[in-house]
Amino acid sequence: MNLTINGKPVELDADPDMPLLWALRDVAGLTGTKFGCGIAQCGACTVLVDGEPVRSCVTPVGSVSGDITTIEGLAAQDGTLSAVQQAWVEGQVAQCGYCQSGQVLAAKALLEANPSPTDKDIDEAMAGNLCRCGTYPRIRAAVHAAAKKLAGA
Amino acid sequence: MGKILRRTFLLGSAAIAGGVAVGWYMYNKPYPNPLEAKPGEGVFTPFIKIASDNTVTMVIPRAEMGQGMLTTLAAMIAEELDVELASVKTEFAPAAKAYYNSAMLEEGAPFPAFDNSFVAEAMRGMQGVIAKFLAMQATGGSSSAVDAFDKLREAGAAARVMLVSAAAQQWAVPAASLKTENGKVIDPALATSLTYGELAEQAARQKVPAGVALKPREQWRYLGKAQPKLDMAAKVTGKAIFGIDVRLPDMLFATVRMNPRQGAAMTAIDASAAEQMPGVVKVVNLGTGYAVIASNTWAAFKAADAVKPEWAEAPYPASTEEVFGKIEQALKTGDGFNMRDDGDAASALAGNSGVIRARYTAPYLAHACMEPMNATAQWQGDRLTIWSGNQAPTSIVQQAAAIFSIPAENVEVVSTYLGGGFGRRFETDFSILAARVAREADGKPVQVTWTREEDMTHYMYRPGAICEAEAAIGSDGLQAISIKSASQSVMASAFGRLEGAMTPPGPDKLIVDGLWDQPYELESFRVTGVPVDLAIPVGFWRSVGHSFNPFFLESFIDEIAAGSSQDPLDMRLKLVAKHKPAVGVLEAVNEMSGWDTPLDAAGVKARGRGVAFCLSFGTWVAQVIQVADTEDGIRIEKVWCAADVGTALDPGNLESQMVSGIIYGLSAAMGQQITFAEGGAEQTNFDSYDAMRMNQCPEFEVRILENSQKMGGAGEPGTPPSLPALANAIFAATGKRIRNLPLSGEVTFA
Repeated sequence: MNLTINGKPVELDADPDMPLLWALRDVAGLTGTKFGCGIAQCGACTVLVDGEPVRSCVTPVGSVSGDITTIEGLAAQDGTLSAVQQAWVEGQVAQCGYCQSGQVLAAKALLEANPSPTDKDIDEAMAGNLCRCGTYPRIRAAVHAAAKKLAGA
Repeated sequence: MGKILRRTFLLGSAAIAGGVAVGWYMYNKPYPNPLEAKPGEGVFTPFIKIASDNTVTMVIPRAEMGQGMLTTLAAMIAEELDVELASVKTEFAPAAKAYYNSAMLEEGAPFPAFDNSFVAEAMRGMQGVIAKFLAMQATGGSSSAVDAFDKLREAGAAARVMLVSAAAQQWAVPAASLKTENGKVIDPALATSLTYGELAEQAARQKVPAGVALKPREQWRYLGKAQPKLDMAAKVTGKAIFGIDVRLPDMLFATVRMNPRQGAAMTAIDASAAEQMPGVVKVVNLGTGYAVIASNTWAAFKAADAVKPEWAEAPYPASTEEVFGKIEQALKTGDGFNMRDDGDAASALAGNSGVIRARYTAPYLAHACMEPMNATAQWQGDRLTIWSGNQAPTSIVQQAAAIFSIPAENVEVVSTYLGGGFGRRFETDFSILAARVAREADGKPVQVTWTREEDMTHYMYRPGAICEAEAAIGSDGLQAISIKSASQSVMASAFGRLEGAMTPPGPDKLIVDGLWDQPYELESFRVTGVPVDLAIPVGFWRSVGHSFNPFFLESFIDEIAAGSSQDPLDMRLKLVAKHKPAVGVLEAVNEMSGWDTPLDAAGVKARGRGVAFCLSFGTWVAQVIQVADTEDGIRIEKVWCAADVGTALDPGNLESQMVSGIIYGLSAAMGQQITFAEGGAEQTNFDSYDAMRMNQCPEFEVRILENSQKMGGAGEPGTPPSLPALANAIFAATGKRIRNLPLSGEVTFA
């Protein structure tokens, strides 16, 4: 199976029915994408396919034809963090951190679609991403901060 | 405080006897340092390694599960060692007695946090001695910072003295003439310096000095200020390794399915179809369930679905109705114990015409960590290695040794980051299960990942509870409270799960934590706990007994205020008047929330504010919650929280922990419950056991105070007041008093 993951062509030996999540984690060795629920209820497994947020736990790997971006592919080649990641670090968002790969990617997709989201826009876009540590107030602030960074860039 | 049952209490009596018998000589003898120096490296205490290239590695003895201890504990060492905090490396400690936690057990002493009497302090000291003999390396009870505060600063200070002394020898100058700065020893007179790395190997050969003076607070550089988290970058780039991310050469992937009627046997299994499925290596019969070992996790999940097991009946009543029937029966007829009995509540209530009565309930709850339970294990002969995100590494070692009949030295535990813990990862089950599965894998490492469904239905649940409360109101206000709470004993259940452990005698104070230990002073105050004998596994859920009892007491105090026409915040202030930290946090939320200013109902049906207070894990917390009653249901608009932690080591992290604890509590209050049918949990995933979402999250304002004389914890104390503050706010807005959790039984949340 041929995929494009984080800009690189990758050949994976995986059953086409295998959810993208497990193909990434157990076959491609990219463990940044997390398993949370397996039924698209928590958002921990969120990746981007052609820039759109996708719940990889319910997406058969064989159905994916676009470019996949995982958390490992968000920073620049030289390690410079993306605007969203920088805002997350500056806002000291993560606690346990387990849901944050999905949160960061959902925020990136939101900001590409809507460069200056309101609180309500953030609520709507991010309600599918559960966080049991309760980092929501800091996520909200970090999304606004990232929007400012991107507008200023 | 009145008469407290001090004679027998869990963990106390049995363990004290052992501790005293061994004596002070053994107590004062340090445990061996488990760290071994690599060539060119210096190891200073069990907490610090310095390499010749000047890399300073701090060995973190506690779990990092979001509570921020990796950073705060490293800051304690950096403060005294005099190194740049941002540039240190960290690693999680191996399982070793040297990393024991004594503060966790000191909290277990049967005295409230505000009791500073000789007896109370002596007993806490004893618990600390016991802790050393038990040598439990554990993260729980919001105790990490309290436990480490002296220990890790002393480690840093001792290492610094050793490095200075090595430089003094090298330069043949008095140590007193030297100073340190960011990882270097400097001789101002000679205008020369050596890095810690250049001195480390030599310096570490010296005896570790004792009693080195610590910096006064005025000189703190890191502590007392918000520090950037050392793990933040790793957690936004996917580089942080959680248990589920462990990858080893030739690793196999597995999953388990245990009887959903917890503890009962598997009576039959048909694995013939599963064994033929692609990627499947083996199906393993585990007696009370089975495992599927495969080439990837998904193949294991799919094959596990194809196995046909037969499950025996549960060793406890099959339905929620029957379970709560048992709790009700215990409440009515069971043997209770009094953890507090001030004055004469019985007489005050008997002679009172205006008695207020209420009955409350709280459901069983799951922790629902974001990272489902998992662990990785590998056997090499009779040597076992377990990789897991866990809260109790030495318990895993001890349990593995007992269960597999191997020496403890043969068990190595490698701890990773935890994708949430909340007390669930205090248990050893998921680590031991991985070791059992790996025994069938011919020496290959096996990662055992539970599905979310397996995780949610195989639990050490927060116990369900029922409470009955009565209050007598006199002409000059509240005279007496008698409050009785019945639930399963978490301690008895937890000890019962441990191989080779004896359940200590005496009552389990966790059953009444949050009732007896509150700083409310009134003429008569009687607190009764009733243990309920049920075999449902119950465990430590963020704030433990304080997760349900404060809902009962603080709701009841609100009812008393309403019933006697008093302001609920003023009434609490009167009851805690002798306790400065309690007064401080209540006055703070009063001012922050504008409690005395009327609320408008613009755009909504009504608005209301509720208040609650709780002292837990040494931290005094008051909260005011404002809700709006809207067309779509109850909307939580804002939360004000004041927390007195005594000494605020990292105000930024403390703010995060309070918000975290509150959202955790509000999630439970709004809608969480585990119910049982046919002996198994009915909730299996986040579709039936949800938590607060971004769109429901209120605004927060948190204030950290330092009036208390003692340092308190942070991970748990935010949770207890949040549930009653919400119920009280709903009452203020709607007039509806909800006495049963979750509140979604009677209102809808927007």
